[in-house]
Amino acid sequence: MPMTQRQALATLAQHRGDHVVVTTMSAVGLWPELSDSPLDFAYMPSAMGHAPGLGLGLALAHPGRGVIIVNGDGGMLMNLGSLATLAAHPANVYLIIVDNGLYEVTGGQRTAGSGRVDFAAVARAAGIGRVHAFDTLEAWHTGAAAALSGPGPVVIWLKVEGRLGQKTPKPPRAMAEQIQRLREALAR
Amino acid sequence: MFDGPSVVAALKDCGVTHIVWLPDSELGTWEAALTGPNGLPLIRVCREGEAITVAAGLMLGGRKPVVVIQCTGLFEAGDALRNVVHDLKLPLFLIVGVRSWYTHQEGKSGDSCPVFTEPILQAWRLPYTLLDRRHSSADLAHSYRQAQAEHRAAAVLIAE
Ligand SMILES: Cc1ncc(C[n+]2csc(CCOP(=O)(O)OP(=O)(O)O)c2C)c(N)n1
Repeated sequence: MPMTQRQALATLAQHRGDHVVVTTMSAVGLWPELSDSPLDFAYMPSAMGHAPGLGLGLALAHPGRGVIIVNGDGGMLMNLGSLATLAAHPANVYLIIVDNGLYEVTGGQRTAGSGRVDFAAVARAAGIGRVHAFDTLEAWHTGAAAALSGPGPVVIWLKVEGRLGQKTPKPPRAMAEQIQRLREALAR
Repeated sequence: MFDGPSVVAALKDCGVTHIVWLPDSELGTWEAALTGPNGLPLIRVCREGEAITVAAGLMLGGRKPVVVIQCTGLFEAGDALRNVVHDLKLPLFLIVGVRSWYTHQEGKSGDSCPVFTEPILQAWRLPYTLLDRRHSSADLAHSYRQAQAEHRAAAVLIAE
């Protein structure tokens, strides 16, 4: 069965353990319905394409802690070099590429790579050793626990259904409050 | 003079924990000192906006990184800089090499880099200090300490 992004994120919520979860774009709107952990960080307002860097920095600052990054395919295409950077700096980063083939939060325009880019192959070619691709909910449900544990970097490519007509979501909290909450949780 | 060993020693003395960089030929001469026995953890990135957001993640996690890039990379990194300094309000510290600064001062350069570096920093409302041959790593450390004491972002421009 093809996945909706909400279903994909619900599976992630079951398996995230005590990893930090950095969400971007449409995931920022969906995630608070599934999780309200102080280890959640809605990267909004963001610099598009830069969540992998932010997640890498967090993971390097806290080597005992995993960091999951939920990145859109549009954001990923904007910064493919970040895959090479992740490969060069071993850290427990789990980069999820939610591939809906669209710029969803701007209404649903196709990206230049829609339906064409093999993100798993790109990640491998950039030097990432642990790469997973899931295009059904069943497969993601079965593989999530293993994919989200063990040493990073890990790239997880999830094919999900695109939604048209969406609006830019609002983050659940103001940025200053999010930062304070995350720092307190990381210090525990 | 900004030789690698003195720069690295000064930054370590300031409590800097990581260097995130994409060097140019002048800043690149610091590599041996950075990776040597008295160096600092060096994070090599593919583009400068990425350097700024890796540094942001490190700062969110309580570390004290410094970003080292050329002015060309500063031009590339605008959106990341805007986001980290003005949305996340993190005390980002940049060391930016200004290509062709000396020849530009003499009116002998056709390079547009030195023309735009300071106006760009002013546009992004990032306070900066320009350091040239008359300055030393102690001046760099002073700029860093001052920015940290005031919990604000800042840049140091290194004339090249
Ligand atoms: C540098 C930059 N270019 C363009 C935009 C406009 N923009 C905002 S969100 C977005 C689409 C994001 O797409 P994706 O990362 O795939 O996430 P999705 O919306 O599909 O969840 C775009 C193009 C932007 N914010 N920044």
